[in-house]
Amino acid sequence: MTVLLSVEDAAVSYGAVEAVRGVALQVASGSVATIIGANGAGKTSLLSALGGLLPMRGRVIYDGHDITRLGTADRVAAGLALVTESRDLFGTMTVEDNLRLGAYTRTRAEAAQGIEEVFGRFPKLKERRTQLAGTLSGGERQMLATGRALMSRPSVLMLDEPSLGLAPLIVRDIFHIITELRNDGIGVLLVEQNARAALQTADHAYVMELGRFVMQGAAAEMMHDQRLVETYLGISGAGN
Amino acid sequence: MRTPLLTFLAAVVLVLPASGVLPAFWATLLNMIGISAIVALGLVVLTGVGGMTSFGQAAFVGVAAYCSALLTTRYGFSPWLALPVVLVVTSIAATLIGLVTVRLSGHYLPLGTICWGMAVYYLFGNLDLLGGFNGISGIPPVSLFGHPLLDSRQFWPLVLVMLGVSLYLTRNLLDSRAGRAIRALRSGTTAAEAFGIAPARAKLAVFIYAGFLAGLAGWLFAHLQRSVTPTAFSLNAGIEFLLMAVIGGSGRLWGAVLGAAIVVLLKNALQDYLPLLFGSIGSLEVIFFGVVLVLTLQKAREGLWPVLAEHIPQRRSPVDEIATALAMPVRPKGEGPFLLEAIGINKRFGGLVAVNDVSFSLAKGEILTLLGPNGAGKSTTFNLLTGVLSLSSGEVRIAGHSVAGASPSQIAGLGVARTFQHVKLVPEMSVLENVALGTHLRGDSGFLRCLLRLDRPQEAQLLAEAARAIRRVGLADRIHSPADSLSLGETRIVEIARAICLAPRVLLLDEPAAGLRKAEKNRLAELLRELRAEGLGILLVEHDMDFVMSLTDRIVVLDFGTRIAAGLPDEIRKNPRVQEAYLGSVA
Amino acid sequence: MDSTIALFLVQDGLINGAIYALLAVCFVLLFAVTRIIFIPQGDFVAFAGLTLAALEMGVAPGSALLLVCLGVACALFDLAGLRNWPPAGWLLRRLGAYLALPLVLWLGVRDLAPMDLPVWADICLTLVIVVPMGPFTYRLAFEPMRNASILALLITSVGVHLVMMGLGLLFFGAEGYRSTPIWGGTILLGPMMIQGQSALLMVCTLVILGLLWCFFTRTLAGKALQAAAVSARGAELVGISVETAGRRAFVLAGLIAAIAGILIAPITTLYYDSGFLIGLKGFVAAIVAGFASFPGAVFSAIVLGIIEAFAAFWASAFKEVIVFGLVLPILLWRSLTNPHDEEH
Repeated sequence: MTVLLSVEDAAVSYGAVEAVRGVALQVASGSVATIIGANGAGKTSLLSALGGLLPMRGRVIYDGHDITRLGTADRVAAGLALVTESRDLFGTMTVEDNLRLGAYTRTRAEAAQGIEEVFGRFPKLKERRTQLAGTLSGGERQMLATGRALMSRPSVLMLDEPSLGLAPLIVRDIFHIITELRNDGIGVLLVEQNARAALQTADHAYVMELGRFVMQGAAAEMMHDQRLVETYLGISGAGN
Repeated sequence: MRTPLLTFLAAVVLVLPASGVLPAFWATLLNMIGISAIVALGLVVLTGVGGMTSFGQAAFVGVAAYCSALLTTRYGFSPWLALPVVLVVTSIAATLIGLVTVRLSGHYLPLGTICWGMAVYYLFGNLDLLGGFNGISGIPPVSLFGHPLLDSRQFWPLVLVMLGVSLYLTRNLLDSRAGRAIRALRSGTTAAEAFGIAPARAKLAVFIYAGFLAGLAGWLFAHLQRSVTPTAFSLNAGIEFLLMAVIGGSGRLWGAVLGAAIVVLLKNALQDYLPLLFGSIGSLEVIFFGVVLVLTLQKAREGLWPVLAEHIPQRRSPVDEIATALAMPVRPKGEGPFLLEAIGINKRFGGLVAVNDVSFSLAKGEILTLLGPNGAGKSTTFNLLTGVLSLSSGEVRIAGHSVAGASPSQIAGLGVARTFQHVKLVPEMSVLENVALGTHLRGDSGFLRCLLRLDRPQEAQLLAEAARAIRRVGLADRIHSPADSLSLGETRIVEIARAICLAPRVLLLDEPAAGLRKAEKNRLAELLRELRAEGLGILLVEHDMDFVMSLTDRIVVLDFGTRIAAGLPDEIRKNPRVQEAYLGSVA
Repeated sequence: MDSTIALFLVQDGLINGAIYALLAVCFVLLFAVTRIIFIPQGDFVAFAGLTLAALEMGVAPGSALLLVCLGVACALFDLAGLRNWPPAGWLLRRLGAYLALPLVLWLGVRDLAPMDLPVWADICLTLVIVVPMGPFTYRLAFEPMRNASILALLITSVGVHLVMMGLGLLFFGAEGYRSTPIWGGTILLGPMMIQGQSALLMVCTLVILGLLWCFFTRTLAGKALQAAAVSARGAELVGISVETAGRRAFVLAGLIAAIAGILIAPITTLYYDSGFLIGLKGFVAAIVAGFASFPGAVFSAIVLGIIEAFAAFWASAFKEVIVFGLVLPILLWRSLTNPHDEEH
């Protein structure tokens, strides 16, 4: 396990408002790191900045290179892929076209191999290959967005709220695939409001509050942290 | 020290050209600057404040100039008698163009004005009545107290007075209820509509006002030049007016004057010197103007005026908080026990069911919370209740009255105020102005009353109401800060203050505690309890359990757009279905 | 009016309509990919026609020097934007495109122009001179405005038009030119006699529209452009940068405009500023199609061409008034049928 993505002193602002400040994190190959926190804590802002979609201060080191100044497209080409909360699929294009465009930065042969792998991981997408992306269900969209990101053969995959709006069974599938990706050596950075599912899947966890990391540690230990359970694992914590 | 200096300056610009000390040539330039500034002023309001633009202002100037030329040369009108007719005709033309485009998305208005500018130019050039491309000459001069203003030096005071009047009216407009409504539209219409502003009407009003100013300028132009030709009103002239507004600083009153001065003087200088460089092959100054326009938009999108204005101290009139309180709005009397009822509401987006047969009701003096994971349909439900989205089926009742098909403004009029999950404030407006938007429906000063400054007593009441709301939520020390300088937590509180200003019966709060610190949350909870005690019904979407559980009377839980549970906080806490849905265990 | 005149007017309308259709497609394409309503589109048409005419007369066209100026400006913009020393490869590529290519063209064309080149060589030279103006303009005017509103981009685009018109006057002079027809023959089609050049124009238009359709539906590069139009963020997320997509769209628009210019140069006398009016008609067609649909844009352009031809016959003085005036009722109709076009 080597550290692939390392972030130092990251800050993101909207005008005078600082949404993220002084954040440092690391993602290693073959591991899952998760960021949990309430809505509005700054998780999505941080992830978007790491994906190059928002300007940020601080340093982002990927695979030994400083990529802080690179745009989104260059980051993807380097191997750092992001699946956003809004998925950003090409709604008027077919599932297959979406996937092929996912391999835009790769060779034709890599794309052909990649598409077989993605269809292997998500058999549902293979069934729907000629359907327009805009007509897919929520779960299928999430699969397609993840599959499209995988087509660029990333070594670090960042996922923003993959369980958003999905039925429990599908959520289970998604987290199963995250575990698979980790076992294949990919580093995963996961932002998730479903804190319990995130902690069960992750190796390392960061807790974000008002734009800062207030706690971090091994995910397994955090599951048993009483304060965390009360704050982020929601109603059962207080009730049971 | 400011006032004497200004008076001195005013005396100089007024007296110097008129007295004959200044060469007639300079007086002509000053006249052109003044007339152009009046047109640019309209564009400043349209572009910088209203977020629209027009390339066709020259065509409005032309319509006015031709109209006055025709009336005075052919039908024997005196110029002063022609003026009101001219203004009415131009305003009608602007109304027609505006009506066609204001309901379409932003860029159709400027596109429409390009075509309108072209069409009018060719019309002028080809109508025999208007003298074709030779135009109309022999237009009589304007007379002032029996003295005809023949010379450009004599004409200058008239231009100056008209410019002064235009500046005065425009300032009145921007600093008023109507002006606030227009300014609010620049950053999207959703929030403005939620407080009763009708975007299409506000945009149309601004467009007509800009056309009105262009008409005034056209009348001055016709009687200054005493002849009109189509070329003066071509699309290029329209682009030049826009250039003035952009360079000077769209959105700034004095930017219009500055921009007009720069462009007129520059054009004059370039036309003198460019032929020396390139020989007289035609109007090469457009290259320079084009570059300046592009560079201004790239490097200083706010124009040059703000750069200068940095050195001028801002005066800020204190808010008179003891102004008499606003009357409570008159609303249809409530029928039945509930303020707000959702009866089997449904929303489908294509094949996706976002809200599926959800029912609940909210009583007076009650806090009800909608709970559910992200994407469960809570925000969609909010948008259905407030008329932002239309129902696929089902019914929403407010105080017992069905509101099928009602617009967000109409629903706001029934006393429903809301906040937004993604805060929607106007970033460049102050906290006070943002909150005062909430009072929009409690005032009734129209466009004209605001222009003529007849709205002052009511405006004081509106601002006082806003100031009180700001103090109530504990942001009194930020009252004059621009909204974009606030923290996320503070912006949420400002949205609540804005909602309170509507004097609502029902308050819909979308994640009000997200991004708030512990102390801020406690203060917010306190405020919501107070409001509940005053009899408001509050519907809350919130994730923060501590915050919700200590505050709410009842909870409705949504998952996948479906209501899966409802009850008292303690019941919900123990409900196994809720635990499963909300916690989404992986195992 | 008898049927011969009617047929003649229809033919005339189709020719104009075909050119408007090409331009309308450019407007829609550029707007979809970059959100820019590119008013100077028509100026490129005139530039191409005038370049071809100059080459035919054995004169080095002013546009070659204009391209050098634009290239130098681009290079300066790039250098000014640098924060640290760039990789050598990047620098070479940029300077090659912005400085070497225009310079070589300019020097080359001065020697080549006086030689009596065949038509196809003139056409090729015209294309390599005019097409780069598209992406160069994008680099200079629009790349620095990445997050600007549609409105700011539109005003910028009008500024660029002013510059282009002035530069056109400076580099081509105020005189009008007409090039010799590429194909001088005529075709008899029943009662209609069609000029060879007109037939060529319509065939070329059809071929270009067909090729564009293939490009967008069959090739990865075309799909990438389409993807950037559907979702700019999505495109970035798969590695298609907004800049790249924008530059390519502008290459395509420059190419189509240049071809349009080459095709109409033998049919009408072109002046440095006649492109604007031609461009605006394409623009009217794009407005009618709501800046969204390619077939819609082509269809409206052809209808517009025919309306214009008939208007010229019945009320020739008011031809332009009718064409531009038509936009207003159409916008009214759009706003009544599609009022929820709000919120950007």
